[in-house]
Parts: sequence; C-alpha cells; structure tokens
Amino acid sequence: MDVILETRDLKRTFGAVVAAHNINIRIHAGEVMGVIGSNGAGKTTFVNMVTGYLPPSSGEILYRGKSMIGLPTRVITRKGIARSFQIPQLFQELTVIDNMLIALTIADNPAPPVFKPAIDRRLEGRAIEALERFGIAQHAHREVGTLAQGIRKLIDIAMATVSDPALLFLDEPTSGVSADEKMEFMGTLIEALKSSDTAVLFIEHDMEIVEAFSPRVVAFYEGTILADGPTAEVLTNDKVREFVIGTEFHRTADTEGVA
Amino acid sequence: MKQLDRTELSLLVALPALILAAMVLPSWIVNYVQVSLGMGLVALGVMIQMRAGLVSFGQGLYFCIGGYAAGLAGKYLGISDLFALLLIGILAALIIATTLGFLLRRYREIFYAMLSLAVSMILYGLLSSTEELGSTDGFNLPVPTYLGMAPSGEAARMTLFIITAAVVVASAIALNRLLRSSLGYVNEAIRENELRVEYLGASAHNAVHVTYVIAAVVSSMGGVLWALSLGHVDPEMTNWTTSGSFVFVCILAGTGSIVAPLIGTFLLEILRVYAVEISPNTWQMILGTVMLLTIIFLPKGLWSLLAKSSTAKRFDPEADANTQPGE
Repeated sequence: MDVILETRDLKRTFGAVVAAHNINIRIHAGEVMGVIGSNGAGKTTFVNMVTGYLPPSSGEILYRGKSMIGLPTRVITRKGIARSFQIPQLFQELTVIDNMLIALTIADNPAPPVFKPAIDRRLEGRAIEALERFGIAQHAHREVGTLAQGIRKLIDIAMATVSDPALLFLDEPTSGVSADEKMEFMGTLIEALKSSDTAVLFIEHDMEIVEAFSPRVVAFYEGTILADGPTAEVLTNDKVREFVIGTEFHRTADTEGVA
Repeated sequence: MKQLDRTELSLLVALPALILAAMVLPSWIVNYVQVSLGMGLVALGVMIQMRAGLVSFGQGLYFCIGGYAAGLAGKYLGISDLFALLLIGILAALIIATTLGFLLRRYREIFYAMLSLAVSMILYGLLSSTEELGSTDGFNLPVPTYLGMAPSGEAARMTLFIITAAVVVASAIALNRLLRSSLGYVNEAIRENELRVEYLGASAHNAVHVTYVIAAVVSSMGGVLWALSLGHVDPEMTNWTTSGSFVFVCILAGTGSIVAPLIGTFLLEILRVYAVEISPNTWQMILGTVMLLTIIFLPKGLWSLLAKSSTAKRFDPEADANTQPGE
C-alpha cells in the first residue's frame, strides 16, 4: 500500500510544556488504524498538527510526498485530509440536510460563487445519499441541536466525508455514545467508509472497539509514540499495558496467545 | 438562475406599485419613501453582514463615501449624471472596502463592530474638520441629469424617484440571490461555526471579505441616491448615530428577508417623525422603548410575524431563501 501521510520527528510545545514530540508515523492508503492513549498523551495534538489547526514547533509532515507545514486547514482539507471532532462541530441551528448541503457546497466550490444558487435537486440527492450511507437519512429535516449525541457524531463524520478524503481522522467517534450502542455505531461507521478508499485513523479509548475494528494500533504516551504495529501485538505490549490500557485488558493475548 | 422566487416577484410587483403610489400620494410621504429607499440599501448592507454573524456599527462609512463621492464629482468635476455618480460612488466604496476588508476580515463579534465603527468615525473626524468640504455643514450636490436629459419640476422629482426605486429593487433582487448562493450559505455557516467551515475547506476570511465589499457597494449606492434626493451631504452620514440607525432597522425589521430592512427603514422614518411630533425633546426615548420591546417580544424582528416556520421549504430551489435558520 502507498504511504499517503508521513510525519518525521513532529514536535509541538506550549511554552515549557511539550505536548507532542518524536512523532514518526506512516499512514497507508485505505488502511484503518486505531490511536490509543490516555488524556493528554498527545493524540489530538497530533491530529491538530496534521490537519493544520496547530502548527508544529518542529518536524515534517509529508502528504503524498509533499510538505504540509504552514498550510492552512482549508487547504489541507482540499488536498484530501479531513477530520471529525470529539465534540461534533455542526451548524446547530440548521437541519441535518442543511449541514450536509453546506458541506457539499463548500466541497464543490473552493471559492463560493456569489450569485450562483447553492442548492439544486442534484445536490439534495447527494446529501440524502450521504446520510443514507450512515443510516441517518430519517433525521434529514430535523434541527441538529435536537438530536442525540450519537446521531450528531455520525452527521459530523458524514460531513467530513463529502469531499471524498484520502485520509480521515476520527477524534473519539464513540465518545458520548452509550456503551451498549458503541459496537453497532462503529460498525455502521466503518461499513459506511468501506465503500471508499479512505484511510481512517480513529482515536479511541474503548479497547474492544479498537480490537474489533483496527488491524493496526498506535499507542501514545506522554506526547510520543509508545508502540505502533498490529493490534494484537500493541495491545499486549507490556509498556502499553502498563502505561496506556492498564493490566486488566488482556483478553486477546490470553485467548489467542498472541505475544 | 432564471426563476424568480416569491420575494423577487414581490419586489418586481412593488416597483410599479411604488411608482403609481408616488403619483397619487402627498409629496411629503413620497419624499420619506425616497429617502427610506436610499437608507434601506445601507440597511441591506448591514443585513447581509448580519447573516454572517457580523454586526457593522460603521456602515455609515460607505453611506457617506457614496454621498461624498457623488458630491465631490459634482463639485469638482462638474458631473451631474446620476448613473455616472452612482458608478463613481460604487468605485470609491469598492476600492476602500477592498482595502479595509483585509483588516476587518480577521475580526468577529464586538471587535468587528467596534473596528467598523472606529473607521467610520475617523472619516467623520476628517470631514468635520475639512473646511474645503464645508466641515460639519457639508455641501450641496448638483441637480441630477439622466444620460443628457435634464427634467425639471415634477418630472425631475418623479424621474429621481423612479430611478431610485428601480435601483433599490434591482439591488434587493441581487442580494436575495446572494443569500441563496453558495456564499450566502457559507455566511450562515460562518455565523454558526467558523471552525467547521475551515475544516470543510472554505476560507471564512475570504467569504467575510467578499460580503463586506458587497455590503459597502450597496451602501454607497444608497448614499448616492440619498444625497441626490436631499441635494446635500454632511459628515452626519458617517456619524455613529447614523450607523446605529441602520443596525436599529435590522433589529426592528429582522434579517429574515431582504424586504424586511427596506420596510423597516420606512417604518423607522415614520416612527421618528411621530416621536418628534409627540415628544420633541425626548423623542429618542420613544425609539429606545420600541427597540426594547422589539428585542423582548420579537427577537427576530417584525418580519418574524410574517415568516413561515417551514425549514424544509428553505431547500426547495423554487422557494425563496428568506427563512433564516432557527425560524
């Protein structure tokens, strides 16, 4: 698989605080990977740097071999890197289809035309189609602010995918979703994304979700990468068990005998 | 875009209705309507910025630039043609707004409001202290001509009224289309969540800049037409009280429709007349009370009494774009 994103010695400091350092990672086209780590481990800082929200203090970010340092968020998005948010970033007072139509309009027009009508039947059809992929088309005409967190999460992700990104970062997609719905939620999500060749990197705290949906895992600890590799390998890594997931999580290792 | 929506059809119907009314109504009412139409264009400029969540407390700047550009062209270049004066006003606003836009596009909320106010007050200070331009008294404009024609008497009054009404209706239709355009939708998105707009791949700064320039151009046209109606300009056009009245109109009438600020401007003019009549020394109290009651009981303005609540309609391409989110 082609490497679409590579970071080299990425570092971000806030004054004397080092939020992330020595981040070296390679993401391949179409792969699904989980990112784990306790709060403050540097996961979201990493995503913020790669998507242009935070400029790195040092290091390099290469997307398809070209440097992304210094590019604004919108340019990075247009190049094919999209993200969703831990707290869904939606247009709360608008309807679901409103949100999708705005996302589609922006995806279609780098500079929004001043007098060309934004909405037509074809665009509405695409919006409904996108919502159907995520199983939320029935909420199309409801105001976003009135919907449950799980649905808002899906809308947030659906909006991020309208530009057909090559790489999609999902920041804690299942946070706020009830424990018994998480598996089904994530299943819907991965199924919806499967039809495209989008590489998906999701930040997750639930190890069962990570184990079930990502063949590869990167573990962050104190601002740097502690382990990176096949899921079973990383989740049974001693340091990862000690510093990231705790020693209670050992189902895979114990039942499947993976070292 | 070939199809006209309900708002645009209403505006097209309103044009001959206004002209017919001007022929039969007393001249003092016609004068108020004419002045209101000029000021209504400035209110429209404020309104389209409000749709992006930006309140300009200094829109009088472009109202004044339009008026003074026309006045200076008449005074120093001897130009009296209304269309040429309109063009000069537009060009002046375009140049200044494009330049200032690079600064204002970076600010939001109170900072945008105060910065726009500050710039308008700088012009107020400059004009007030420039004796060559009549300082606080201002100066008079030439009687307008129309492509070489110079009507007189009642014909002159009606010609100016008809052209003012036609320019306002055409501008309102254009701005209604702007609200339905991609830029219009992006502006609403900016008001709701600018971070998301950037993460969807659009430049909020660029959208705000373009909107600011369009608002300036429309406001300068209002300034030219208003100044030609009264035959006079003075620095009060860019004073904070004038700019405040445009914001007042948008709060009073609401921003739910492009028609609302036009009606609101006329209502404000009438309200001001009666307030002065009733209480000559404390008429501002009446305006303040109306403002207070509007904010409390009709936070989305008088237009919200008429607006339909169907959000779904909003996305019917054949329907109009007048229902704001949340209405």
